Amino acid sequence: MNINLTLIGQSLIFLVFVWFCWQYVWPHILNAMKEREAKIAEGLNNAERADHELELAQKKAVKILSDAKSQAAEIVDSANKRATQIVEEGQASGQAEGERMKAAAQAEIELETSRAREELRGKVAALVIEGAEKVIESEVDASAHADLLKKLSEKL
Amino acid sequence: MAGEAQTSTEYIKHHLTNWTYGRFEDGTWGFAHSYEDIQEMGAMSVHVDSLLWSFGLGAIFLFLFWSVARKASTATPTGMHSFVEMVVEFIDNQVKETFHFKNPVIAPLALTLFMWILLMNTMDLVPVDWLPSLAMWAANDSHFFFKVVPTTDPNITLGMSFTIFFMIIYYSIKVKGIKGFMGELALHPFNHWSMIPVNLFLETVNMLAKPISLGLRLFGNLYAGELVFILIALMFGGGFMLFMAAGVAQWVWAVFHILVIVLQAFVFMMLTIVYLSMAHDESH
Repeated sequence: MNINLTLIGQSLIFLVFVWFCWQYVWPHILNAMKEREAKIAEGLNNAERADHELELAQKKAVKILSDAKSQAAEIVDSANKRATQIVEEGQASGQAEGERMKAAAQAEIELETSRAREELRGKVAALVIEGAEKVIESEVDASAHADLLKKLSEKL
Repeated sequence: MAGEAQTSTEYIKHHLTNWTYGRFEDGTWGFAHSYEDIQEMGAMSVHVDSLLWSFGLGAIFLFLFWSVARKASTATPTGMHSFVEMVVEFIDNQVKETFHFKNPVIAPLALTLFMWILLMNTMDLVPVDWLPSLAMWAANDSHFFFKVVPTTDPNITLGMSFTIFFMIIYYSIKVKGIKGFMGELALHPFNHWSMIPVNLFLETVNMLAKPISLGLRLFGNLYAGELVFILIALMFGGGFMLFMAAGVAQWVWAVFHILVIVLQAFVFMMLTIVYLSMAHDESH
């Protein structure tokens, strides 16, 4: 076991090797590994999130579909109701219109009747007066006998 | 019988000797060609094989990881990419669990230590005669010394552990300040002024024990493993029965050694992180 200059030589080589490893080897490899790790973690995260989002979207789609279905049923329902209502309303208003028209016609008829009666009465009164004038050959004062005439015409 | 024992000893000794370049006593520099040359050079020498393998294996590791780092992206990793990222993640987790302070050097330091020591230890699994024989053939010298497992050289393991020792001191001073660091040395474990010399002695021993035990643990484990492989290799020359036994033994020991190789690299790395964590810990 003889110690000699080899020891110093080995020391120097050792220092140079460690320096080289420290500067040119270790950081590059470790950085690449760390970066890859981060990338993989990010990828896994994204996949999980996408999965979650898909689940949410599916739930939403199902909800929208069921909503649309119930809405459609509601619409059909209300449309049906409205239709019957319209029919009923039509019927009612038709009936009322008929009644009204009938009443109006009746009123007109009555009006016409009474008017005709009045006319007739007037004409008969005039005829009676004329006849009476002729009968009694005396002048009858229309104004004096208006009461009489009116009573007469009312009796007709 | 005596001659054979001599060759066995010679074989082992030859296997445990480094290819050495150093300064002879007359002041000239050159490669050692004998044990006497190495003795003569003493501390003014360099184990060329240790440094070559150590540098080469570390360079292979860094090139491999660097080529991946250059093309690192967030795309799906394949093949080499996955392997590198697996190792990086493993180290990163270990560092995060043990080291709770902010220092960007610790993790790459741990990665370098683990992979580099792992590769150096793995050289132990290459049959002990292959590469030395190849080197002898290439050098055209039947006595050419060539050791291929750098971690069986205490210079290599202690070279790393003492660098870590200086890092411990550097970060201790950087985090706690020179006063805090000295205070820790002087007023620990007995917080009284009269105990300062005792504290200094204890803490210094404590501090020095860290790099020495760290380096010698790795060296000892791998040296012992290498020695067993060499002994097994010796058995191959001892007739048919011994040859078969050696084959089985080599396989068993290699399988067991795979465990040792990984474990020692891991232990070295973990202890380094723990020591540096202690250096950053102000409450200590």
